[in-house]
Amino acid sequence: MRADLEIIQQWVKPNSKVLDLGCGDGELLSFLQHQKNTRGYGVEVDHDNITACLEKGVNVIEINIDDGLASIDDHSFDTVIMTQALQVMTRPDQIVDEMLRIGKECIVTFPNFGHWRARGYLAFRGRMPVSKFLPYTWYNTPNIHFCTFKDFEQLCVERNIHILDRTVVDNEHKHHWSIRLWPNMLGEVAIYRITR
Amino acid sequence: MPLSFPEDSVGIVTPQTICFDQPLSLACGRQLDRYDLIIETYGTLNADASNAILVCHALSGNQHLAGYNSAEENKPGWWDSAIGPGKPIDTNTFFVIGLNNLGGCHGSTGPQSINPDTGKPFGPDFPIMTVPDWVESQARLADHFGIQQWAAVVGGSLGGMQALQWAINYPQRLRHCLIIAAAPKLSAQNIAFNEVARQAISRDPDFNNGHFYENGKVPKTGLMLARMLGHITYLSDDGMREKFGRELREGKLSYDFNPQFEVESYLHYQGERFSTAFDANTYLLMTKALDYFDPAADYGDDLAKAVSHARCKFMLIAFTSDWRFAPERSREIVDALVAAERQVSYAEVDSDHGHDAFLIPTPRYIDIYSAYMKQVANDIPNSSQENT
Repeated sequence: MRADLEIIQQWVKPNSKVLDLGCGDGELLSFLQHQKNTRGYGVEVDHDNITACLEKGVNVIEINIDDGLASIDDHSFDTVIMTQALQVMTRPDQIVDEMLRIGKECIVTFPNFGHWRARGYLAFRGRMPVSKFLPYTWYNTPNIHFCTFKDFEQLCVERNIHILDRTVVDNEHKHHWSIRLWPNMLGEVAIYRITR
Repeated sequence: MPLSFPEDSVGIVTPQTICFDQPLSLACGRQLDRYDLIIETYGTLNADASNAILVCHALSGNQHLAGYNSAEENKPGWWDSAIGPGKPIDTNTFFVIGLNNLGGCHGSTGPQSINPDTGKPFGPDFPIMTVPDWVESQARLADHFGIQQWAAVVGGSLGGMQALQWAINYPQRLRHCLIIAAAPKLSAQNIAFNEVARQAISRDPDFNNGHFYENGKVPKTGLMLARMLGHITYLSDDGMREKFGRELREGKLSYDFNPQFEVESYLHYQGERFSTAFDANTYLLMTKALDYFDPAADYGDDLAKAVSHARCKFMLIAFTSDWRFAPERSREIVDALVAAERQVSYAEVDSDHGHDAFLIPTPRYIDIYSAYMKQVANDIPNSSQENT
């Protein structure tokens, strides 16, 4: 399993109700269903991912996250998860608000644009960072709202969002003592557990 | 005339008629003392009868889902694209039953059948059927085969409504429910179209208040108009533009009132063909069943409450250009199922085929359908395909 998912699954309580926004091929939900007896749904728009979920027996709903969550009741899920999708949303702040409305707790992961490689790329080459981890060029990237850890935490302060847990992992999604020391510089993926 | 059948065809199929003599009480307050259901089956029922799929038909459908009734038949059954070896409903895995619903005109008891009280055809006196009535009759069909629990109940349009009703009325008797291009109830616009169709039929001078069998005449004009209207609502604006545009049959305007645009001759052809093959009383009855369908009505108009006792997993599929039962209508069902914490998946397929899209094997539709049916196959108890 992808290492960020490995961390996330530890934060999900057994027998809880989970909504995974941008659930990909259903890997996390399938794991949670079998190992933690969770129930719930994935939301996805990618056709191949939807097919993969259906084959796995993962409930998947094809709706646009940007506008499709309004019909879901307040606090109707124990945990709402969004992995590596915040940066593709039209209004990430509003999505986080929606997630906190629907879920008692939310888990969000996103690529950290404050990572030293991204900083170095922009500082020395003078161009928007392109890497194995962020392989798109500026004009064709689905990632339209990059932020750093500090940016995200600032948003949490402004919106009265309570951070329950945070961790960062590197490109291979591994923890390392140096990352913990200097997360905004060395962490490539941020993982937050938040509530309101 | 196909001399040999494609490899993924179920080939030659022979319908069979099953007679039921336990009275069936109907929503309208009347009852059928005995009735026949005509069915077709494909594939083999396994030892514990756990691999059975019920396919429910829509407005003008019937028991002939797939394959050919004879070597001379030039068109296979109406859902041949989805049913057969290697197709989404794989007949190597599943035992599939298609039936003609009560009130139909393809061999099950209906308006054309002889009313035992009068010795004449029922005609308009055949009781109005509802979706729950059909589900009840289908449950008896399951009993007949010793099927305690369907692997899945599947349907498109009015067929999808029957599948939904199954999940509500018999929660223990199905593991999966596939609802394709359907709606939780008809809108005023839907009912309006149905009423125009009914008026076209009942005002045809040959209709004779439904007792047209005696005259040896059928209300052809009315049925044709009803079907033409229906077809317009089954297609999308884009689809019609794509298919017909403003093409003229003769290449130029004829300055008279004869059909000259391609779309006109298409509707005439479809209407004409239908008017000789379908029963007018059945058409009226099927549209009424559609109009009356409203499973939430018994639960204070709360659809989430209506589905809250369902036990099966649901798959809903809608098509972007379907304006008869638009994706929003499927989303109403999905939202209710989510609110009721039921297991549901939903896919919205891009298509310009309108409501008809549920019968057309477009690649993404078939992918979704097949993927979900793999899940259905995996959920067959003691299934040997667990590791797919």
